[in-house]
Amino acid sequence: MNQCLQTIQDYGLRALGLGERLLPRSEFTLCEQVTLIGSGLIWNVYFAGLAVFFGFFLANALAVAKASRNGWLRKPAEWFIFLFRGSPLFIQFFLAYEILVQLPRAGIDVLGITIQTSWMTRAWAGALLVLILNTAAYSAEIFHGALRNLPKGELEAAEAYGMAGWTRWRRVVWPHAMRLAWPAYTNEAIFLFHATTLVFFSGFPAFQQRGDALYYANYFADKTFNPFVAYPIVAGYFVLLTLGLIALFGLVNRRLNRHLPGAAKKIRYRPNLIR
Amino acid sequence: MSCYLTTGNHMLFYASFGTVLLLLAVTAPAALLFGFGGALAVRSRLAGLRLFGRVYTSMVRGVPDIIFFLFVPIAMDQGFEWLRSRVYCDPSVPVRQGNEFIVCAAAKLPLSTSPEWVHQAYGLFLAVIAFAVVFGAFAANVLHGAMRAVPQAQLETAEAYGMTPRQVSRRILIPQMWTYALPGLANLWMILIKATPLLFVLGVEDIVYWARELGSAKTSAYSYPHPDWRLYYFLGVLAFYLLMTWGSERVFDRIRTRLSRGQATAAGEAMRKAAP
Repeated sequence: MNQCLQTIQDYGLRALGLGERLLPRSEFTLCEQVTLIGSGLIWNVYFAGLAVFFGFFLANALAVAKASRNGWLRKPAEWFIFLFRGSPLFIQFFLAYEILVQLPRAGIDVLGITIQTSWMTRAWAGALLVLILNTAAYSAEIFHGALRNLPKGELEAAEAYGMAGWTRWRRVVWPHAMRLAWPAYTNEAIFLFHATTLVFFSGFPAFQQRGDALYYANYFADKTFNPFVAYPIVAGYFVLLTLGLIALFGLVNRRLNRHLPGAAKKIRYRPNLIR
Repeated sequence: MSCYLTTGNHMLFYASFGTVLLLLAVTAPAALLFGFGGALAVRSRLAGLRLFGRVYTSMVRGVPDIIFFLFVPIAMDQGFEWLRSRVYCDPSVPVRQGNEFIVCAAAKLPLSTSPEWVHQAYGLFLAVIAFAVVFGAFAANVLHGAMRAVPQAQLETAEAYGMTPRQVSRRILIPQMWTYALPGLANLWMILIKATPLLFVLGVEDIVYWARELGSAKTSAYSYPHPDWRLYYFLGVLAFYLLMTWGSERVFDRIRTRLSRGQATAAGEAMRKAAP
């Protein structure tokens, strides 16, 4: 027990580079595996949390642009969404890494100020950028679908109340679109959370062996030749966090549906109906 | 230039596109079969089979699929070798010795004496099984949902005609469910296309492998020295995938337009106004 506490102290924050520098090499205990894989989860939560947050705003802008009648707005949004929805995330990671590596190493001079670029090739920035763009494209498609499926009665009612333009958008269109889109958006968030495991398997190297949960699980499975311990551990972690995510999005769903008693059905994760 | 693009390795690169298409062609029916079995298992009358079906269909819900792609091939490989070691080797020697998984040479899969292509094919075989298992679970979700979407009255009418449960399934349920399953299955096809680069993670020499291999900087020791060209190779791979999904997307759009027609929604309203 004490030994396990010591392990947690040594490896609990290993994914951030704190604590013991060397990973365990032999005599892998269960405690070591659970701790180290759990510490890798920090990265999964970091990527998913920030990507969902920033992607949400970008997705709204894209959905509006795609629904716009102005071709100068609509076409770029359509191309962006097609590019990111039409290609595998795995390839996007590779490609983004190759592009980011091409940036000049010394930094870019803008008006006499040197902007450093080397940090963009690191996973925490580069992979996050890819994930934001990716989830924005998928979510924009969901939001766009919701905008298309607004009941026309709602729009007519808003007009009858004398609402138009921004007021109508803010008070009728957007809340209703969010309400319609939310179950599908929950699925997208879960899928994004699961996709964060791809980061260290694609172009982005794990700097000083600071990887995510799957990186460490793979490390243990490679070292022990035993996939039956490490992978179930990481799977268990993901099931727990997915349930947490569903609960969190369920709260928002309840709030979006609060004017319709009984309408807020439990969100069921249906992985097949998206992407 | 044309010389460069027709070197032996480039030919292997082009052939690896075939590998991806082969994987798609083999996996799609296999996954459908797995999914069908899973969906039928969920509806089974036997409690044990039903439990198995439930576990199978829900296993992909909370866990990233890449974990299965890493887990299933190793687990299958070790399972096969363990079975063979019980037959061909001394059964008293345990296969797990500390951190090693050891079987005697006769039980190795594939045998170390077999040629290179056998190793490749075996790797691809394990990959296909992993894909079929994971996408079978996805497909089981879709098909189960479709089976539940078939109107209950249809099944009850069939029963009233004196059909046995088996006849109801075969004559009423299964022919009718496809319309409900089609959108989900089409979507699944798109996911499957986009999951194929994971072959690289499984160690199969696919397009990602060759794009990295051919694109990386070559010194003058090679016949065609060049700097790091991986960016351009990946752009080619990207174009391949965009083309694949673009074709599927076109089909989607037609279906979606058809379903929006005449509906009291913003899209249906726009369509009505646009019509002369």
